[in-house]
Amino acid sequence: MAGLTLASPSAERRSYSPRREMWRRYRRHKLAVVSAVLLFILVTAVVFGPFLWRVSINDIDFNATLQGPSLAHPFGTDDLGQDLLARMIYGGRISLAVGLAAMMVSVIVGTLVGALAGMSRGALGHGLMWLTDLFLSLPQLPLLLLLIYLFRDGLKAAFGPEGGIFILIVLVIGGLRWMPVARLVRAQFLSLREKEFVEAARALGASPLRQVVRHILPNALGPVIIAGTIDVAAAIIAESTLSFLGLGFPPDTPTWGRLLFDAKDYLDISAHWALFPGAAIFIAVVAINFIGDGLRDALDARRVI
Amino acid sequence: MRQYILRRLLIAVPSLLGISLVLFTVLALAPGDPFSDLATNPNVPPEVGLALRAKFGLDDPIYLRYFHWLAAMAHGDWGFSFVSRVNVDTLILQRLPTTLYVIGSAQLIALLIAIPVGVYAATRPYSIFDQIANTFAFIGFSLPTFFTGILFILIFSIKLDWLPFVYSTDLNGTGLARLGEQIRQAIMPVMVLALFQAASMTRFVRSAMLDVIRLDYVTTARAKGLGQRRVIVTHVMRNAMIPVVTLIALQIPAVFGGAIVTEQIFRIPGIGSLLISSILSNDTPVVMAVTFVFACLVVFFNLIADVLYGWLDPRISLR
Repeated sequence: MAGLTLASPSAERRSYSPRREMWRRYRRHKLAVVSAVLLFILVTAVVFGPFLWRVSINDIDFNATLQGPSLAHPFGTDDLGQDLLARMIYGGRISLAVGLAAMMVSVIVGTLVGALAGMSRGALGHGLMWLTDLFLSLPQLPLLLLLIYLFRDGLKAAFGPEGGIFILIVLVIGGLRWMPVARLVRAQFLSLREKEFVEAARALGASPLRQVVRHILPNALGPVIIAGTIDVAAAIIAESTLSFLGLGFPPDTPTWGRLLFDAKDYLDISAHWALFPGAAIFIAVVAINFIGDGLRDALDARRVI
Repeated sequence: MRQYILRRLLIAVPSLLGISLVLFTVLALAPGDPFSDLATNPNVPPEVGLALRAKFGLDDPIYLRYFHWLAAMAHGDWGFSFVSRVNVDTLILQRLPTTLYVIGSAQLIALLIAIPVGVYAATRPYSIFDQIANTFAFIGFSLPTFFTGILFILIFSIKLDWLPFVYSTDLNGTGLARLGEQIRQAIMPVMVLALFQAASMTRFVRSAMLDVIRLDYVTTARAKGLGQRRVIVTHVMRNAMIPVVTLIALQIPAVFGGAIVTEQIFRIPGIGSLLISSILSNDTPVVMAVTFVFACLVVFFNLIADVLYGWLDPRISLR
């Protein structure tokens, strides 16, 4: 077997630990490194911002409405004189939290469906793939709007205005984005389950669950991580779109999309109000997408770079 | 070929049924029902409310309600808008052409940008042009449509004052002037959608071209002495377009999502803005019908993609 023969001397010289090899590959993607730094700064600012910038998000000040950036208000103020920096820090927490949580939902659902479809050899696999294809052809934004329209009030009553909408948005965005993950996982499972090491585990008496959890899943994780990263960006866009249409979080919750929605009627007199949150969404999304691209270079072992 | 198209049509039916089932389940699971207002309204006697419920079959078992609803949808009996006081199908038919016009021209422009750029980038991989195109494509699909729309309004309407930012249906003037105005007001919404689509399409085209361009038959074509243009256009592109069609078909739901946003920003009277306004005014029959129309459009465009697929790759239609 391949593992018994010694690697050739030239190959031995270039062997790194897997983690170092991954970092070496990731580093070659310059924009991905820059993006990682940018995203780190953004996350730090959003998480620790409120401890440094102690201005309340809903202090109304009619003497300072629609002001441009100044020392007192670095990002300016809105039509009620509320400080935009404070509102953006607050909104960023929600946007990033929604992105992460929705990604978790889509990755968990996608991995479950993909693993089931990849392991079953009968009707179950075909049925699940039909379901995946059906979901892929659903019009996502209209359905998202429809679901929020129908379930908004019920969840608001059960979990409070912000909590209810958060749960709803996360579940719905995650629930409509699991299909690519499921397809990837299924494709990986179909090839991995026939490999010798899985056969060896099977011969040693490993139960199907143990084969999946200990042997197949860890090897299928690379593409899932990449897809998950890009899902965070897609979920941030989806949440901002909902808020921008005025159908996301309640009006007094300043998510980035909501800030843009409020700002769009004042574009001619105070452009800064729209530009700062829009730029924040753009930076977060582009950084996450570039990180996903860098991870593809780092984790896809077949690609030689 | 005809048989292939027929078979595709037959495959589209179950997926439409599946989508209708999903929509109906969503509606049936939703808390509250359309007649809850009647129960609390003191002017409506309870027996009238009950009679209405019986008439609309709200107390029937759920599978019967699904078949009733499906039969009504298939007959074109889509209900009555609570707000505009017209039949839902008239309302949608009024607005559908605008949406199709905006989406169609956006797709066309996106293809006109993406195919040349993607093909040129793939013939010179890792060149400066390729790297710039790649970076722009990345930025393009990371910019959400609502932000591009706002940026366009800021630059072209407010700062430069070149283009109108509100789309109007009753333009005055006649003949050429009117046509010019029509085009001028559509530029921004169409470009917002087109650039977003072109960004991801460019990446698809480039990677599909790169997959094909290294194959042996391309080397053979070159060895026969064919010119670069001929090799790329007739030998490489036709095969490279096959996966591109699939990927574009997978993007179609996202296109409709983008259309809803642009219609909302530029106040285009299409079915996307109809959806938003009827959600805001709790007009359930319109919301359901528009969502269903969007689903039908997705299935229909997938069907077109399948037909194109069969034309590009005759082996598929023979199977």
